[in-house]
Amino acid sequence: MFDTICAISTALGVGAISIIRVTGPDSIKLVNEIFKGKNLEKVESHTINYGYIINNEEIVDEVLVSIMKSPKTYTKEDLVEINCHGGINTTNKILELLLIKGARLAEPGEFTKRAFLNGRIDLIEAESIGDLINSETDKSRKLSLNGVTGNITNLINTIRQKLVSISANIEVNIDYPEYEDAVNLTNELIKPKIIDIKKDLENLLKESANGKLIKNGIDVAIVGKPNVGKSSLLNTLLEEEKAIVTNIAGTTRDIVEGKLILNGIMLNLIDTAGIRKTNNLVEQIGVNKSKKIIEKADLVILVLNYNDKISKEELDLIESLKTKNLIVYINKNDLTKKIDDKKLNCKNIVYGNTNEYANLKKLKDKITEIFNLEQIETSNMNYLSNSRQISLVKKALLSLDNCLEQIENNIEIDLLAIDIKECYDLLGEIIGNTYKDELLDEIFENFCLGK
Amino acid sequence: MKYDVIVVGGGHAGAEASHAAALMGAKTALITANIKNIGDMPCNPSIGGTAKGIIVRDIDALGGLMGIVADKSHIQIKMLNNGKGPAVRSLRAQADKITYPKEMLKALQNTENLTIIEGMVENLIVEDKTIKGIVLDNKKEYYTKSLILTTGTYLKSKILIGNTNKLEGPHGEKRSKFLSNKLKELGFDILRLKTGTPQRIDKNSVDFTKLKEEVGDDAYWSFNCENEFFYKKDKQEKCYLVYTNENTHKIIKDNLSKSAMYGGYAEGIGPRYCPSIEDKIVRFADKEKHQLFLEPESLYYDDLYLQGFSTSMPKDVQEQMVHSLFGLENAKILKYAYAIEYDAINPLQLKPSLETKIVNNLFTAGQINGTSGYEEAAGQGIIAGINAVNKIRNQEPLILKRNESYIGVLIDDLVTKGTKEPYRMLTSRAEFRLLLRHDNADLRLRKYGYKYGLISKEKYNKLLEKEKNIENLLQKLKETKISNKNITPVILNKIKEKKLENGTNLYLFLKRPEINIKLLIDEKIIEEKYDKEVYNQVEILIKYEGYIKKELKEVDKLLKLELKQIPNDINYDNITNLASEAKQKLKQIMPKTLAQAARISGVNPADLSILAIYLKKEYNKK
Repeated sequence: MFDTICAISTALGVGAISIIRVTGPDSIKLVNEIFKGKNLEKVESHTINYGYIINNEEIVDEVLVSIMKSPKTYTKEDLVEINCHGGINTTNKILELLLIKGARLAEPGEFTKRAFLNGRIDLIEAESIGDLINSETDKSRKLSLNGVTGNITNLINTIRQKLVSISANIEVNIDYPEYEDAVNLTNELIKPKIIDIKKDLENLLKESANGKLIKNGIDVAIVGKPNVGKSSLLNTLLEEEKAIVTNIAGTTRDIVEGKLILNGIMLNLIDTAGIRKTNNLVEQIGVNKSKKIIEKADLVILVLNYNDKISKEELDLIESLKTKNLIVYINKNDLTKKIDDKKLNCKNIVYGNTNEYANLKKLKDKITEIFNLEQIETSNMNYLSNSRQISLVKKALLSLDNCLEQIENNIEIDLLAIDIKECYDLLGEIIGNTYKDELLDEIFENFCLGK
Repeated sequence: MKYDVIVVGGGHAGAEASHAAALMGAKTALITANIKNIGDMPCNPSIGGTAKGIIVRDIDALGGLMGIVADKSHIQIKMLNNGKGPAVRSLRAQADKITYPKEMLKALQNTENLTIIEGMVENLIVEDKTIKGIVLDNKKEYYTKSLILTTGTYLKSKILIGNTNKLEGPHGEKRSKFLSNKLKELGFDILRLKTGTPQRIDKNSVDFTKLKEEVGDDAYWSFNCENEFFYKKDKQEKCYLVYTNENTHKIIKDNLSKSAMYGGYAEGIGPRYCPSIEDKIVRFADKEKHQLFLEPESLYYDDLYLQGFSTSMPKDVQEQMVHSLFGLENAKILKYAYAIEYDAINPLQLKPSLETKIVNNLFTAGQINGTSGYEEAAGQGIIAGINAVNKIRNQEPLILKRNESYIGVLIDDLVTKGTKEPYRMLTSRAEFRLLLRHDNADLRLRKYGYKYGLISKEKYNKLLEKEKNIENLLQKLKETKISNKNITPVILNKIKEKKLENGTNLYLFLKRPEINIKLLIDEKIIEEKYDKEVYNQVEILIKYEGYIKKELKEVDKLLKLELKQIPNDINYDNITNLASEAKQKLKQIMPKTLAQAARISGVNPADLSILAIYLKKEYNKK
């Protein structure tokens, strides 16, 4: 059904070995054509084979090749993994050889897509694995793994169970109206139950907001006038953490100057100064791109100079950021004080200079405090980690809101059942489940009825 | 003799099937083992009930008999769930077990093109995988273009009481010995099912002073959509409420091993919703009492039906059990409770038209398809009757959708999911029940009845007029502005928010919980010029608009999937990535659309997406 695809599965350029994955009907044949050693088309499934990758007669690398035959593989198709020595050149060379032999370069996530289409994994697992591959910190890896192992599924199932028991009771009342065996549910009896479930979902959303921080990190925009010390602040932060400084032009993100990990959460540092240099702060902020960065940022750090008066533009900026997480970092406090800091209408003010590590600690403590990072560290990670799931929960909440509103309107209970079912179905969509048969089972398991 | 359609079995399915086929103009024969048992009610003495009442109404809307016959023969009637929303209101009538079959026989005898023949069918004549006729036990042969089997519980039936059993049908009637063997031979999977019926008690031996009365509604109701009434509401019979007690439970527990079910004497699978009393005691051991009903069977004899006490205990234990009940200490048992086992075919071997996949032009309906209940049988019967004629005329079958009728839900469930126990309709099986109401059966289904000639032109015109009036009234309400100026003091007094929004109209005003159409008519805000039903319909459409829209949105989704046809010649083996369970189910059921495939248990969303992708690829190729 599908063609043969290949991709480098490990991070390029890091680590002692790299893995190239090939999957599809011709994967074993293709790899065999560039392999010197045993005939890979004749080896047993799930074996590791030692040999060389060759380009015509020339040896490219010494490798271990894992042969996994359909269907017991990640994609349920034949799958080959080539373990080669890390290093961009060698890895790229092997990939190139495979492409020449007729494999196609996999699109991002295509292995997982096949696993899903071939029925190896369900939707939520596919999503979680996607998240896992893209995760960059330990904590976000854990979060993704939770999805895979079904923590989210369990949590959603618990909430759905509550809904189904209300539904089942309503259905029994409808189908067996003359039986006194089951409690006759009324709007008054349902109301607290719905409120209770609503709280569950709201908590889930709240925790999921943290989940988003864990997965995507905190976008931090550093703003300020030129020469106020933004770049040195940035560099000091990064240097101290020995983080990898990269200049990745993200697809959705703007220029990320660097990343650092704080309490296990990724901070994506963005220096707006890098976008456009101008002496006029207002003009700089006025640049659309800077505005967008600030709008999108989870945290804005405004750098001011201890040795300088606060300008009107800076005050206006602080005013406009009232609804955002804002830290005013007053730099160069080893110089003479000229700043009139009493004018600052901001509760998060940190003083320091980039020559002192201790003061940067204050800045980091402030960030930890604002995002409650220590608590995220210790709490249970039951988060929804992608926007599809989160929007379904939000829709499910709307169903409950409608239900509560109709309870006030005294609408008949069998109509409330429609809202409850809708909520149940939406939650089911998150975990890919169905409704009807479970409901009937519940009815007959818990209630005693019949002629 | 040669017929267009032969129907085998004169129960509720057979009656509707033969009536529908004959009305369509087909030369039809109904073959029954005993003409006196046509339309017989061997179990409970009622027609309708939750969801089932709407099936009866739907049958009437299509032009069937059950509704009008029940209306002419009941001795008590109630609208169940009347305090709940319009979607779940459903009629139940206590039908007179003498009058009902009599009225049914009369109706069939007055049906043109229909011949009733007494006889036991012993063999089927099949040539080229197509039904050709039947052979009776007197070796007489009848030829036909379509055959409908509605044999109920008579296939190899076995009556169980304690450790004894008798090889006979209900009331000791002759059973059908050979037919299920023949079906098996032809390639049908045969299921063994079980159901039961409780004791009949002599009404002269009951102390009614100790029992609570259950009376009929103080209102007029009808199954027939014309709202014709044949009863006087103050002349209805009573039912009575009875409870089991500790002593009853002890007797049952002490004798459990003597029950046919618990003693291991039965092999059939019984329905969960209709458990025997010993089942209830075992499964719900902590319950102190169970509710039972005493229902009159007829005005013409003394039997009371003890609903809820179905059992397969030996007779002596049944005596003790009945006498332990408060009010029945001296009761005389006229008929003992029994369990009955019978053969049925696997409904997965049916098409949605109710034609079998195995033999062309052979249709089946009712309990032979694994259902339970008179109403479920009749609902299948009318569809099988219509489609048996459609088939010989090379016309498309009538397949009611899940958003059109409970009958559509019933048949779709049967042919898509199959059943392991006798299938009973419940409102919770219908995902669009707000659309499948008692009050709009004619609006949903009359058009089909008319199309096939089961509904007269006159009745159909009445429907068209009703539809028009509903439209007009809705329009009028939307156009009529209401403000604080033209509101009456009585209305102002009722509403919570005293200041009306500017530019609001009567349509929106009616959405308020405290306002209804009757009030607007009483206060002369609107004039009363249409039938009561029109106002009722309009009120429901306005009051429940939000919820109706929600369901319609879901219907839209379903219909989109229903449009994705799966070709008959699809080879699931070519779709290599399907999970093997899904593949096996799809091969067995051969769904006609993606929507039907989605309802098969064991076909998960991943399988469905693979199937969808495959169809798209194949379709694009061609």
